[in-house]
Amino acid sequence: MALLEVKNLHVEIEDKKILNGLSLTVEKGQVAAIMGPNGSGKSTLAYVLAGKEDYVVTGGEILFDGENVLEMEPDERAAKGLFLAFQYPMEIPGVATMTFLRTAVNAQRKARGEAELSTPDFMKRVKEASAKLEIDPDMLRRGVNVGFSGGEKKRNEILQMAMLEPKLAVLDETDSGLDIDALKVVSEGVNRLRSRDRSFIVITHYQRLLNYIVPDVVHVLSKGRVVKTGGKELALELEASGYAQYRDEAA
Amino acid sequence: MTAEVRHIRTAAEQGLVDAFAKVKARLPGETILAMREAAFEAFEAGGLPHRRVEEWKYTDLRALMREAKPLAGVPDAAARQAARDAGAALGSVARRRIVIVDGTFAPELSDLAGLDPGLTIRPLAEALGKSDGETVRHVGRVLPVEDPALALNIAFMNDGAVIQVADGAVIERPIHLAFVTTGAAASFTRSLVVVGKRAKLTLIESHEGADALDYQVNNALELVAGDDAAVEHIKMMLDGDGALHVSTLMASFGRNVTFNDFSFASGSAVTRNQLFLRFDGEGSKADIRGATLARGEQHIDNTLVADHARGHCTGREFFRSVLDGESRSVFQGKIIVRQHSQKTDSKMMSNALLLSESAEADNKPELEIFADDVVCGHGATAGALDEELLFYLKARGIPQKEAEALMIQAFVGEAAEGIQHESVREVVMERTRQWLAERG
Repeated sequence: MALLEVKNLHVEIEDKKILNGLSLTVEKGQVAAIMGPNGSGKSTLAYVLAGKEDYVVTGGEILFDGENVLEMEPDERAAKGLFLAFQYPMEIPGVATMTFLRTAVNAQRKARGEAELSTPDFMKRVKEASAKLEIDPDMLRRGVNVGFSGGEKKRNEILQMAMLEPKLAVLDETDSGLDIDALKVVSEGVNRLRSRDRSFIVITHYQRLLNYIVPDVVHVLSKGRVVKTGGKELALELEASGYAQYRDEAA
Repeated sequence: MTAEVRHIRTAAEQGLVDAFAKVKARLPGETILAMREAAFEAFEAGGLPHRRVEEWKYTDLRALMREAKPLAGVPDAAARQAARDAGAALGSVARRRIVIVDGTFAPELSDLAGLDPGLTIRPLAEALGKSDGETVRHVGRVLPVEDPALALNIAFMNDGAVIQVADGAVIERPIHLAFVTTGAAASFTRSLVVVGKRAKLTLIESHEGADALDYQVNNALELVAGDDAAVEHIKMMLDGDGALHVSTLMASFGRNVTFNDFSFASGSAVTRNQLFLRFDGEGSKADIRGATLARGEQHIDNTLVADHARGHCTGREFFRSVLDGESRSVFQGKIIVRQHSQKTDSKMMSNALLLSESAEADNKPELEIFADDVVCGHGATAGALDEELLFYLKARGIPQKEAEALMIQAFVGEAAEGIQHESVREVVMERTRQWLAERG
């Protein structure tokens, strides 16, 4: 069953067309990798899924769990189970990571008509999840991402994902800026969350990440649309041959 | 002789002239009458400050003060009854409360029992009335400042608290001066706080009055911190929405003093909060912070002068304002480093967060540096909430209003984190949350 259906999506930013009739289906429990050259629209797709304002959808639709998310605010989409791990996580001085996590978890629960988590319950979950990601408890008391290294910021994104338990997680170049050790920790964090009920869209420029997070399907994006779909071996082919042929194909 | 240009007195100025003539003989302290008269003369020469007076260019008191309210009389039983809960905003802080009602020290409402060893507290009117040597020696002389609002305070000062902390005395329980106004009148209060060498004190001021009450407060505090003293001073300006609040801190620091100051301003139609600080000994550190929350047509001005009269001192000034509606904040900060004050380290920052299109923030930082081996700097910013950050919060499921509130709290929190006394810091954050809740 399809969890996400993107149909003939057209998106512009500042009058520049970025997505040109992109169609994509992600099944429940599926890990879909999206690869493509710079400027092919990978990050735009991530932002449009999450509901960033600057992007103007000029055509097409996005159905998430059967509902049209284009009508929804970013926070409503999040409460429905859509999560975006940012390529460049923001720093929020003055807001402790702990406060941020708790506010987010409870806001989503409230939106879904669920009871808020009790303090001990919440603390227990944070402690467990952060320990697995090798996040120092001290970091949780500091301002969100303030003074964090690139790797720490990405781990913090995965911690948020673990706490929010989304139905669909979109990982936007989560591998960028990570050394091999950090990449392993982050990938293991993602793999632990894989389940029959949770889908992932893993956006990456390089095949390397897919050695650790092995996808069920690989989509190649070029000039704002999916130009090829295949199994995990497609990623290896791309690594060997590069994106040149797809640039030509779409042109 | 050059022709003296005399301006036509405004109704408020005439009211003050009449009031001074009427009451000066009855004001406490015969020995300081000459000082009062000299101050009033200085005021009369220039009148109320206006936009062509540089220090007041953003806060035109002559235009903002339409009339001189009648001087508050001795509070009656009803006023004292109304003042029983004065300073309730600080209720969660284990403090010693001193209540000043309509400008008069109210001993029966104050916690004067069981004073710590080395601590004395008494009404200014009483000290002046008895021509107490210590008081007369200090009052109006800790840090002479030529300022028309302050001149009015000297001329009319009626009562307040005189607090002395003996050398080496550590006063654990914060002293809370709770000022409350119960009627549509004007009060001129002055307090004197002398903290001895190696002594420690936390001093809280709160100012309040009912909303929709048209009243005027002119409050001054003189503080002397002896060598190696540690003083924290927190001022909560929570006056009613019809109030005109002018207050001034004058502080002089000896050697190796640690001074922490926080000004919280969210009340009054008009607020002018002045801080004059002077480093009179080497090795002292002052951390001066403030948070302003304004909405509607509120006008809140924080004006500060840090005078490094001696070298080897550190000054940090950090002021933040959050502005909604058509409100306006003013920050004027001047750092003076005298010629021989080498190794001065002084930095100043003011940031304004504008929540509406019609809010206004004016920042005026000034550096006057005469020494050549110093580290000084300043910065000022004004802007709206960061859209990228808001999106990040919303993408985590936090709705718009809640995301805004979280960011505003964080913005204020970064100023408030300088407050050493934890339960007072929590009061500031609680008031901020309350303000945000009222914003809807």
